Formats: sequence, structure tokens, C-alpha cells
Amino acid sequence: MAEQDFDTEGVKKHFMFVNRKAPYGTIYALEVLEMILISAAFEQHAVIAFMDDGVFQIQKGQDTAATGMKNFSKTYGVVEMEKEDADEDEDIDMVWRIVVEQESMAARGLTPDDLVIDVEMLPSAELADLMADQDVVFSG
Amino acid sequence: MKIGILVNEGPFTHQASDSAYHFTKAALEKGHQVLRVFFYYDGVNNANKLSAPQADDRNLVNLWSELAGEHGVDLVVCVAAALRRGIKEDILADGFRISGLGQLIELGMAADRTVVFGD
Repeated sequence: MAEQDFDTEGVKKHFMFVNRKAPYGTIYALEVLEMILISAAFEQHAVIAFMDDGVFQIQKGQDTAATGMKNFSKTYGVVEMEKEDADEDEDIDMVWRIVVEQESMAARGLTPDDLVIDVEMLPSAELADLMADQDVVFSG
Repeated sequence: MKIGILVNEGPFTHQASDSAYHFTKAALEKGHQVLRVFFYYDGVNNANKLSAPQADDRNLVNLWSELAGEHGVDLVVCVAAALRRGIKEDILADGFRISGLGQLIELGMAADRTVVFGD
């Protein structure tokens, strides 16, 4: 309809994707992952955060066979690869961080060793500060 | 101000789309520019022209269409989320179009503020 082209040439913003929900109870987790994957093409800075039951999304050993649902925890390996590429390749001008909230992990008896990808663990107050520093926050 | 809107919940089942509609309308009336309203998750159901709420209730689908007609607001439905929920071109209400998630990221890049409605 009123489609317009935006001039985003050279725009570099800070995006945060906040995962707060358990992986399979609702579709939010999967659809946040889809947002993250698409965003990579735009070379924006991004923080991918997990808190509350969202930390379960990247727990090791998920087996969804009995539910018939797709186990998408493996796809977070792709997100981690995007982050590592951005860290290592000087031609990619973006910084990605993957963070988990310390309190959410502790409340669920999880440690970083229980997760399928490498993460930074941040206390709630630091995560709040980081969130306040973002330009755009999308959550699910 | 250039504003981007993200609607994450369906009409009638959740207040988020009502709030998003009223916010968008108020912002336009105040002279702000609403670059795009993007519909994601169950928000894609806002575009379903088959919705038929009872006559004494507001019809959010029509309200969005009217807003697009009056102000030329770009109403974009995420294709992957839409297809999953059976929202296709032939049941799209006036003023809506289907496109990819890239249009949401681009909106976040272009807008001064991106305002999100939903849980």
C-alpha cells in the first residue's frame, strides 16, 4: 500500500532480542529466533538475551521427538557462528553479544555448562543497564 | 518524530492491538510520522478480513484499514508468521501487505523510536 523506501544507508543501531519464554509452550521463542536470524543480514549491533524461562531455550539435551515439535535449540549454533564471524572478520562491522541473566540461571539450577552455546552471564542490574542503552528492543 | 510500531498480539483476544491502534492514531494526529506498523506473532491476525466481531463491538481490522486509507500508513504483516496462521493475500484486509521480517529490522533502523505492543 503506502510502501516507502527508508534511507538506512550507513545506519548502525543497537538491537536487543529478549527471550523470556520457555522454548515450546508458546511460539514466541521460535519467532524471536527467526527475527535474530534475519537481522544478521542488516549488520546491526545486537544483544541476544535470555532471562526467566527463556534460559531453557538453550539448555543442552532437548528432545522434542515425543511432542512432534522442531527442536530449534540447535539453530542457536548458527546464531553463535554469526557472532563468532562478526568477532573475527574485520569486514563485518557489527558486534553481537549473547547474554543470560544470572538470577534466572541460578533460580533454575543452571550453569553455563548446561547450555548449547557460549554465553556471558550478567546480573539483573547490569542487564537492565544494557537494555537501557539499546536503540531497539524486541522481545518474546 | 519518526515512529515505528510493532504489534505482537491478535485483535479482540488481547488489548495490545487496541493500544497500538490508539497510539498510532494519536501520534498521527499530533503530527508525528508513523513510518510503518509491523505485525508479528499473533499480531498478523489483525490483517484477517474474515474477522467478524459482533456488531456492537469495535472492528479492529476495519479500524486499521481506515487508518491506512486516511493517513497512508504502511501496514506490513510478516510472511512467515502469517502463513503459519493461515493469513494469505486473498484474505488480507485493505491497506495491509505481506512482506518479510527484514522490513521490521529496517523499520527499527529508520525510526527514531520503535514502540512495541504486546506481552
